[in-house]
This record gives sequence, C-alpha cells and structure tokens, in this order.
Amino acid sequence: MITAERKPLDEILELVGDKKKVLVAGCDTCVAICLTGGEKEAEILAAELRIKAEQDGREVEVEHTAAIRQCEWEYLDMIADKVEQADVVLSMACGIGIQSLAEKFAPKLVMPAVNTNMLGMPQEHAVWLERCVACGECRIGLTGGICPVVRCSKSLMNGPCGGSHDGLCEVTGPEKEEIECAWALIWERLKAQGREELMFTDRPPKDWSKSSSGGPRKMVREEAKPV
Amino acid sequence: MADTDVKTPVAEDGEAVDEAPKKPIDPDFEPEIIVFACHYCAYAAADLAGSMRLQYPSNIRMIKLPCTGKLEVIHLLKAIEAGADGVYAAGCLEGECHYLKGNLWARKRVNHVKDLLAEVGIEPERVEMYNMSSAQGAEFARVATEFTERIKALGPNPVKRAGVDAHAAAREALGGAAMPDDPAPSAATSEEGHAE
Repeated sequence: MITAERKPLDEILELVGDKKKVLVAGCDTCVAICLTGGEKEAEILAAELRIKAEQDGREVEVEHTAAIRQCEWEYLDMIADKVEQADVVLSMACGIGIQSLAEKFAPKLVMPAVNTNMLGMPQEHAVWLERCVACGECRIGLTGGICPVVRCSKSLMNGPCGGSHDGLCEVTGPEKEEIECAWALIWERLKAQGREELMFTDRPPKDWSKSSSGGPRKMVREEAKPV
Repeated sequence: MADTDVKTPVAEDGEAVDEAPKKPIDPDFEPEIIVFACHYCAYAAADLAGSMRLQYPSNIRMIKLPCTGKLEVIHLLKAIEAGADGVYAAGCLEGECHYLKGNLWARKRVNHVKDLLAEVGIEPERVEMYNMSSAQGAEFARVATEFTERIKALGPNPVKRAGVDAHAAAREALGGAAMPDDPAPSAATSEEGHAE
C-alpha cells in the first residue's frame, strides 16, 4: 500500500500561515491503513491545531473530515461542502490524493500535512517495509520474487556488489538497522526453487523510460472506458 | 519558555539542575481532572476507597470504561482541548488486564499524547497513566492526591475557556464507549412509573 508520515507540526503551521478557516482532510484508504492520515488522525491533527491556536492566542476555526478515497473524483464530491468553506485544506492523503483534491477544487489552497514515503508492505502491526517503486517493468519473475530495484541499496540488476557480506549490505538503514543484501536473498530463494541458473542468464538492460525517469506516466484501458 | 530573568537552578557542585523554575502555586486553584477508569480495577478501587472512608481530592471526575484499552488518543486530547487541567487513565496492574493487554495499549497511547502535547506547547505532565487493582482503594486515593498536587503545581490548563465542560466533552468524545455509571431503568419499570 501507499504509506505516508505526518509532517512536523511546525512545518504544517507554516503551510497554514494566517488562514482563519482550516479543514483537515483525511483519506480513509491507504493512509488510514498505515495509521497516518485517516479520519482518526485528521481529528487528532485538528484538535492539535486548535489547542496550538488557543495557546498562541490566534482565532482559527479548524474542522476535520475524511474522504473514502481522496484520489477519486466521486469521493471528493462527498466532502465538497466542507472544502468550499475552508480558506485552506490540509490534506492527509498521499501525494495522489492531495493533488486530486487540489485539482478538483482549484484554485482552493490545498496543503500537504504528510510526506508520502513509499509503497510498503506491513511486515507486522505498525511496521512497513518498502517493496516496490513502481518502476514500470517488473523483473521479479527472474529474481525469485524479490525486487532488486527496491531492496538492493544500489538497485543493481545483475548480482551483488562487493559490499555484500554474510547476507548483509554494507549500507545500513536510517536507524542504523542492518539491511539484508537483496542479491543474497535472491540467490537463496533461487536455490530453494532449483532455479540457480537464472543468476547466470543474460538479461536485457532494463527500460528505465517506463519508470518516473520517462516523464509523467499515463495508463489507459480502452476496453474499460465508458461507451 | 522560561523567563530570561529567572536564574537556572544550580546545584551545590555548581552544575545546572535539570529542572524548570517552579511557578508559585495559587492556593485558590482547584484543578478539574478527568479520570478514565477501568471498570474492573480503578473504578472498583474508587468504590473501595469510598467504603474505607479514605479522603481524596474532589477535583477528580471519573469516566468509567470497559477497559483502558478502549481509550484513544483523541479522547485524551479532547479532554485537554475542552479545558481539563489534567487527565489520567487508571487501568489494571500490568499483566492483569481483564482483556489481557488493554492497559498496555493505554500506556502507549498516553505516552503518544504526551508527545503531541509537547508539540503544541502544553506540559506533557498533564496526562498520565496509572495502574492499580480493584483491591487497592488506598492506592486509588494516593494516586488521586498525587496527581491533583502535580496539576496544582502546574497551574491551570492554558487553553481553558469559560463555559466549556471538559467532563462532558470527554464523555461525548467517547460516544457510546463510556459505560453508564448507573444502570438505566428498564422499559418495564419506566412504563410503570416506578423503579423496583
């Protein structure tokens, strides 16, 4: 799912500026599942902003709402009344939701209250691990179901580098946690599948123009378009 | 922020004491304190404290929960926003929750609210988590006294507004989750116009 983390309060306050009517808009899909930007979290941020304003002696009206999905026009219709009345909308959706809201209600001021950070897998409750970068050309059929683009620190496509030791990467994570070497994992998985020869087969270079390097992407499913 | 005219307290060895300068305590300040009490322990402990004729401050106002695990971040925040000077949750002893881990969840949420309060410039000490068993009437009274003294030392909640009932706001935030303190009369007795 798409995961996000709330921005520090100071940054949010700066984005709100001196606006008097603030709407905190949550999204009840991905960001709700990752406990960052659903209706509950929108209500918490709204309460925080009211307390902070009261503390600072500023008169601000802060309300909250949530769309079932901020990235779909129809669901945005359901929160239109509240959006129209606000001077600024603080969206807690992912980057897609924030932009959908901003586009639908343009030129309404829509500000992000979260940083969208990854396409993550919930490894356990309240822990997410990055598993995909939406590169547009999936190769995990050749790598034992383990993505080297996202799980190798260098996104190497043809085996490990010299920084792989005892199954671990020479790079450590932001909290200094160990990172498993993706290519060591791939080797072990391919061995378990009896497909080690895949490590030694030639692979054509990856077409990065299908990733975000190729400009904004668009997908059209002609057979599904309304007649 | 500390007033720049106030000197940092210094210990005898000359090192700065890691303690904010204390504000003078207003003897007339009677804090409003909301207690989210678990039905299985703290609420029963309060009953016991009453039966034991123990004295504890009348500043606390209780809201009974089926378990402190029901308590969410927003419930504590709403109580503070509505002007409660202090809020605490009182759950079962750790390891003895009727629902196994509700009190452990509550502690984590209380700690998270402390962080949120610090972020908006309110003293995190205004919220706390306590644990006690239903047999600890004396502990209930001790905690109520200790917390009331703590809040008296902190002074009034800076976002308190006249005419807002923090207890009612906290109950409202809980919706149907708060347990009624008295059982509602059954339909039959109501219709007959008398109870029991």
